[in-house]
Amino acid sequence: MAGNGLSYSEQGGEAALELAQEAAPTTAPSAPAAFGLFSSDTKKNEDLKQMLESSKDSAKLDAMKRIVGMIAKGKNASELFPAVVKNVASKNIEIKKLVYVYLMRYAEEQQDLALLSISTFQRALKDPNQLIRASALRVLSSIRVPIIVPIMMLAIKEASSDLSPYVRKNAAHAIQKLYSLDPEQKEMLIEVIEKLLKDRSTLVAGSVVMAFEEVCPDRIDLIHKNYRKLCTLLVDVEEWGQVVIIHMLTRYARTQFVSPWKKDDDDVVEEYNENNFYESDEEQKEKDWKVKKTYVMDPDHRLLLRNTKPLLQSRNAAVVMAVAQLYWHLAPKSEAGIVSKSLVRLLRSNREVQYIVLQNIATMSIQRKGMFEPYLKSFYVRSTDPTMIKTLKLEILTNLANEANISTLLREFQTYVKSQDKQFAAATIQAIGRCATNITEVTDTCLSGLVCLLSNRDEIVVAESVVVIKKLLQTQPSYHGEIIKHMAKLLDNITVPVARASILWLIGEYCERVPKIAPDVLRKTAKSFTNEDDLVKLQILNLGAKLYLTNSKQTKLLTQYVLNLGKYDQSYDIRDRTRFIRQLIVPNEKSGALSKYAKKIFLAQKPAPLLESPFKARDHFQLGTLSHTLNSRAAGYLELSDWPEVAPDPALRNVEAPEAAKEWTVFLGKTKKGKPTEKFYSESEEEEDESASTSATESESGSESEKEDKEEGSSDESSGSSSSSEESSDSESESKESTVKKTSRTAEKSDSEDIKKKAKRITKKRNTSSSSDSESSSSEESSSDSKSESDLRSDSESGKSGRATSSKVTTQVFVPTKTHELLHRMSGKGLAAHYHFSRQPCIFGDCTVSVQVTLTNTTDQKIKNIHIGEKKLPPGMRMHGFNPIESLEPEGSITVSMGIDFCDSTQTASFQLCTRDDHFNVNIQPPVGELLLPVTMSEKDFKKEQGMLTGMNETSATIAVAPQNSTSLVIIERVVKAANLGVVPSGQDNIHRFAAKTLHSGSLVLVTVELKESSTAQLIINTEKTVIGSVLLRELKPVLSQG
Amino acid sequence: MIHSLFLINASGDIFLEKHWKSVVSRSVCDYFFEAQERASEAENVPPVIPTPHHYLLSVYRHKIFFVAVIQTEVPPLFVIEFLHRVVDTFQDYFGVCSEVMIKDNVVVVYEVLEEMLDNGFPLATESNILKELIKPPTILRTVVNTITGSTNVGDQLPTGQLSVVPWRRTGVKYTNNEAYFDVIEEIDAIIDKSGSTITAEIQGVIDACVKLTGMPDLTLSFMNPRLLDDVSFHPCVRFKRWESERILSFIPPDGNFRLLSYHVSAQNLVAIPVYVKHNISFRDGSSLGRFEITVGPKQTMGKTIEGVMVASQMPKGVLNMSLTPSQGTHIFDPVTKLLSWDVGKINPQKLPSLKGTMSLQAGASKPDENPTINLQFKIQQLAISGLKVNRLDMYGEKYKPFKGIKYMTKAGKFQVRT
Repeated sequence: MAGNGLSYSEQGGEAALELAQEAAPTTAPSAPAAFGLFSSDTKKNEDLKQMLESSKDSAKLDAMKRIVGMIAKGKNASELFPAVVKNVASKNIEIKKLVYVYLMRYAEEQQDLALLSISTFQRALKDPNQLIRASALRVLSSIRVPIIVPIMMLAIKEASSDLSPYVRKNAAHAIQKLYSLDPEQKEMLIEVIEKLLKDRSTLVAGSVVMAFEEVCPDRIDLIHKNYRKLCTLLVDVEEWGQVVIIHMLTRYARTQFVSPWKKDDDDVVEEYNENNFYESDEEQKEKDWKVKKTYVMDPDHRLLLRNTKPLLQSRNAAVVMAVAQLYWHLAPKSEAGIVSKSLVRLLRSNREVQYIVLQNIATMSIQRKGMFEPYLKSFYVRSTDPTMIKTLKLEILTNLANEANISTLLREFQTYVKSQDKQFAAATIQAIGRCATNITEVTDTCLSGLVCLLSNRDEIVVAESVVVIKKLLQTQPSYHGEIIKHMAKLLDNITVPVARASILWLIGEYCERVPKIAPDVLRKTAKSFTNEDDLVKLQILNLGAKLYLTNSKQTKLLTQYVLNLGKYDQSYDIRDRTRFIRQLIVPNEKSGALSKYAKKIFLAQKPAPLLESPFKARDHFQLGTLSHTLNSRAAGYLELSDWPEVAPDPALRNVEAPEAAKEWTVFLGKTKKGKPTEKFYSESEEEEDESASTSATESESGSESEKEDKEEGSSDESSGSSSSSEESSDSESESKESTVKKTSRTAEKSDSEDIKKKAKRITKKRNTSSSSDSESSSSEESSSDSKSESDLRSDSESGKSGRATSSKVTTQVFVPTKTHELLHRMSGKGLAAHYHFSRQPCIFGDCTVSVQVTLTNTTDQKIKNIHIGEKKLPPGMRMHGFNPIESLEPEGSITVSMGIDFCDSTQTASFQLCTRDDHFNVNIQPPVGELLLPVTMSEKDFKKEQGMLTGMNETSATIAVAPQNSTSLVIIERVVKAANLGVVPSGQDNIHRFAAKTLHSGSLVLVTVELKESSTAQLIINTEKTVIGSVLLRELKPVLSQG
Repeated sequence: MIHSLFLINASGDIFLEKHWKSVVSRSVCDYFFEAQERASEAENVPPVIPTPHHYLLSVYRHKIFFVAVIQTEVPPLFVIEFLHRVVDTFQDYFGVCSEVMIKDNVVVVYEVLEEMLDNGFPLATESNILKELIKPPTILRTVVNTITGSTNVGDQLPTGQLSVVPWRRTGVKYTNNEAYFDVIEEIDAIIDKSGSTITAEIQGVIDACVKLTGMPDLTLSFMNPRLLDDVSFHPCVRFKRWESERILSFIPPDGNFRLLSYHVSAQNLVAIPVYVKHNISFRDGSSLGRFEITVGPKQTMGKTIEGVMVASQMPKGVLNMSLTPSQGTHIFDPVTKLLSWDVGKINPQKLPSLKGTMSLQAGASKPDENPTINLQFKIQQLAISGLKVNRLDMYGEKYKPFKGIKYMTKAGKFQVRT
C-alpha cells in the first residue's frame, strides 16, 4: 500500500481518480455527479485536493485539518474521499490520525474506495508495537463496510489472543462493532466473547462485559465460570467498566441466588422503620444473626456485595449509582441502608446528576423511608434550584414525612408555598395534601392551612388549594360546612376552571350540608353558564341535577333552564351530558326504571381519591436505568428477573478450588495434612474437559489439589521437575498475559526503603496494640515469638534453614512442604497452629496466596469456636479467613485454608486467632518465593521479555556453586523448591531459566542461572518489581551455593 | 452506547457534531429545541429527552449544551458523567471551555473526542493519558508548530494506558519539584428569617497540583480524620489504606487533580461565619418599600471575611431600587430583577450595609414573599470544620519536594430567607 500511495502522489489527482475508478467501477459515476451538485464548493475542494497531493506534509496536514473542521461542522466532505484515502499510509502520525477520522466518517458512503485502505490496516495488525496493532484494529473495525466482515472477524479472533491486554480490549470493542454491522456473525462472536471473558486483565474486563451485554445478554451461562473473577477484579477495573459489570452482575445475581428478603421480609422492613438508622453495630450483628438462622446467603452472593461496597467511594457518580442499585436489588434489606449516605453526597454534584439521583431516591424512599430519613434536611429546597430539582426534592420530602417530622416539614412547606416560582408553589400544595391524607394527626392542621391559602393573591395557588381541599374533604367525610361556605364565597373571584369546577362539585356533593347556599350558587352560575369553561359547565349541570333531586322545590326551574342551555351548547360532551341528565332526573312518560334510582346514582358514596406518589409506578424498573428515568421501557432494557425459588447449582461457578465448601473435616489424632473428605463439587470438575487428562492422577491421599494446580504448576516443591512438562492452552495465554502490568490501585512498592519504613511502622503498631491488650502476657509472648520467627525468615534467607527451624516444632517431619509455626502450643494455651504455603491457586481470589493452617488441640478439653478476630494488615493487604470452627476435639487437628493477598510484599500479616475464651496475636510472613505463580513460556518469549526488563529491572550476582549442585536436575529442584517458579525449557545445558509472575500485580519475574567455569554461576533476575527481585536474589544465592 | 454528540450554543446553533457509530442526522436535535422552548430557562431543560428512535441526554455547562444521542438502554448517569468528563477535559486542555475556544481548536477537540470514546464506550478519559496522546495547545507550541510544521499529536506512543498507574504519565521531569494541596471547604446553609440555622453542611475538597519528577508515592495524613464523614476519592488513592489507617496513600497523577471530596458529618455543629441583618418591607397600597441589609462577622476564628457578594432575586413587582451602600458597589437589573452587591472585605469595626427604598409597580399588590438573599464569601487560611493536614511524605523518589498546603473556606449554597 505504501507503494501505491507513493505512485498516487506522483500522479496527479485525475490519475488517482482513474485508478480508483478501476478499482471501484460502481461508485465511479457518483463521484463526478457529486462535483456537479456541489459546484459552489468545487473550487474550494479543488485546492484542498491539491494540498493533499502536495509532497509536503505540512500542506497535507493543513488540508486534513480543514477537512476535519468541515466534518465537525456537519458539512459534506465526501467527494474528497479518493484524495484523502491514499494518505492512509502516511508516515506522519497526525496526518494518519486525521485520515482515520475521515475514514470512519465516510467509509460507509464510499465503500469501494474504502477498500483501498484495508491492506494498510491489515499490515498494521501485525506491527510489533501493541499500540499500533490496537489502533489499526480500532479503525478497521470502525469502517462499516459489509464486504470486509470476514477480514474483521479474522482480525478480532487474532487480536483476542494477542499478548497485549490493550489489544484484547480493543478486540472486545470491535466485537460490538462487527455485531452491529452483521448480526449473522453472532455465534462466532460469542465464541470470542467467551474466550475474552476468561481474560484476567482488568483492562479487558469492562469492555468484554459491554460486548456481552450488547451481543448475547441472555447467555448467562458464560458468566458462571467468570463470576468470582469478575467480582474480585472489579475494584481495579476502570470506572466505566465498573458500571457495566455491576449492572450485568446485578442481573446475574437475581437469577442465581435465592432472595435474601424472603422469610422475614415484612419483619425486616418494620424493623427498619422502627429502629433508627444509627443502630449500634451489635444490634446489626444480632439482626444479621437472626436473619441467618433462617436463611444462609450464598458465599458468592456475599462476595459480590462485599466487593462492590468500596466503590461507593468512587468519584464517578455512575459507579456510585450502580452500586446503590445493586444493593437495592440484591442486599438484605438491613444492609441496603449503607448506600444512602453516598447517594446524598451525589446531590452536591451537577444539576443533571442531581436530577437522576433524586429520581432514584424518590423511588427508593417510597418503599423504605428509613433509608433517607436521617438525611431529611439534605432535601430542603433552595430558591436557586431549577424547578425540576425542586419538585423532585419536594416529592422526596413528602415521601419521608411521618408523625415525628411532619411539623418541621410543614413549616418548611410554608416557605415553599410563598415561593416566587408558582409552579413549585402549586406542587407544594399538593404535597401538603398528600401529607394530610397520609398522616391523620395533621389533617386538620393542613386543612386549615390550606384554607388560609384560599385568600392568597395568586390565582394558581388558590386554585391548587381548592383542588387539594376538595380531595381532602372527600377523604374526610366529617362536617366541613364552614369550609364549603367559604369556598362558595370564593367562587366569585376564582377564574381557574379546575378550581371552579372543584368548588361546584363540592357544593353539589355536600348540598345537604349547605342547603341555603347551594341553590344560590346554582343561580349565579346559571347566569354565567355560557361563558364558562367546559369543565365548569359539566359541574354546573351536575350541581343542578343533584339539587333537583334533593331540593326540587327551589331549583326545578333553574335546573331546567341550565339543561336547556346545555342542550344547545357547542360541545358534544355538554349536549350528551344534558340529555343524559334530563332523561334520568326529569320524570316523563318515556323515562325508564332508572329514574327511580336517580338519587342513588347521583348521590352515591364516592370513594375518596388516593393521593399517592407519581413515583410509585416506577419501581418495577431497575433503578439507575434509562427506563426508570423515563418511566417507560427503553429499547434494549433488560428486565430484572425475580429471585428464583431454588437457587441453581452454585457449583456452576466453581472454577478453582472446591474448598469453597463450608465443611471441613476433623481428623482425630491424625497430624497428617488435613483435607476435606470429599471433593465437594467433584461432579462439575469432571465436566470440565481439561480435567480429563488429570483425573487419572488425582489420588485420594493427595492434598486438596484439584486439576487447576496440576495444570498451572507444581503443587509441591518436589514435583518441580514435572512443571516443565505441563503445558496447556490456558497456561499459554497466562504467560502471555503476564507481560502485562496489571492495573492496580493497591500498594505499589517501588522502593525497598519504602517497604522497610512501612514494615517498621507496622511492627510498632502491632506492639503497641498488643501491649494495650488485656491479656498482655500471652499476646506479648506470641508477638515476640512471631517476631523472632520473622527475623529468622529475613535473616536466614534460605528456604532450607526455614524448614530446619520449623521442623523442630512440628510433628509432620516427612511432609515435603516446610511448615512454619503460627502459634506455639504453650503460648496458645494448648492450641497449636502451623502453616504452610500450599502453592495452589487460591479460591479467594487471583492475587491471594493460599495458606494452609493446621490447628491442633493439645489440651484435654474441646476448644470451641476457633475463628479469626481482628486483622491488622498493612495497607492494601487483604486476608480471607477460614470459616469459624465450632469445636476441636482434644488431640484433634484440623487443616483450614486461608487466602492472603500480600500485595507482592513480604510484610507480615498480623491477625488474631480467637477461641471462645481467648485470642492470640499471630503473624504470617511469606518468603518471597511464595508470592509467585509459576508460568511457562518458550525460550524465545523468555528472551524477548528479558530484553524488555533490563537496566533498573535487572539484578544479578555471581555465586559459587557447590560441585554437587551443578547438574541441571539438582539446580532445577533446588530453585523450584525455594521459590514457586516455572521452568522454561532451555536450549543450552549451562543455562537454566525460570519464570513466574507475582501474584498480586502479575508482573513477570524471570530467573536465569548460567553456569560458568570453575564452579561459579551467574544468577540474574529480571523483574519490574525490583524489591521482589533483590529479595529473591538474596534467597536464591545460598540455595545454590550450599552443599 | 453513545452514538453521537452535538454541541449547541445559547442561540441554538449546532456548532460541532461527532459520531462514533453510524451518522445520526442532526435533525434529531429538533426534539431538543422543542424541549428547550418549553422550558423557560436553560437549566430547566430536562437532562433526558425521549424521541421516537433515540434518547437525548444533555448537560448544560459554560452556556453550551452537550447533547449525547443514544439508542438503547444505558444508565443515564453513565452518559451524563461522561459528558461532564468531556467538559472537564476541554477545560483542562484550553483553560476555558467556550464556544470560541472549541471552534478555534476544532481539530484538537475532534482528536480528543476520538480518543475518549471507541464505538461509544469510554476508552481514555484520564487527562494524563489524553495529554500524552494529544498535546494541548500552548502559545509556544503553536508558534513552534507553524515554523517547524510539527504537530500536536504526540510523536511517541503513550504507555500510560498500559502501565500499573494508568492515571499517571511516565517520564515526568521537573526542575522544581512541588506539591501543593488546597483544602477548600464550602458551607451550604439555609438561614431562617430569624437568623437561626435551618440546615448547614460542610462539603470539602482537596485539590492538588502536583509537579513531581518520576513516580513519587505520597502519603497524606490528617490530625483529625474522624471529622470526615463521607469521602470520595480520585482512583489513585488506596482505599484499603484509608479504611485501615485513615491515611491517604497515592501515586498522584501529574498536574492538577481533585484528590478527595468529603462531607463533614451533620452531627458536628457547623460554625456560621457571617450573619445578615435584614429589614425588607413592603406596604400595601404604597408604591415604596424599605430595604436594608447589614452583613457582619460571627465565629470567624479571628480571620477576615473577604470577597463578600450579596445577590437577591427581587419580586416581579419591584420596578427599581435606590440604594446607598456603605462600601462596595451594587447593581440592580430592572429586567431580571436581580440585585447584586459586591461588598468586598468585612471590617468588624464598621459593618457594611446597604440601605434605601424600592419603588413598586403602582397599584400592584405587595408581593407575598420577601426575596431570599444568596451570600458569597471567602475566608483564607481557615478550614471551618477544623480539618488539619498532619503531614505529607513522599516515598519512591530521592529528591526533596517543596510542599505546600493552603486552607480556604467559602460559601457554597448559602441562603438567607427573609
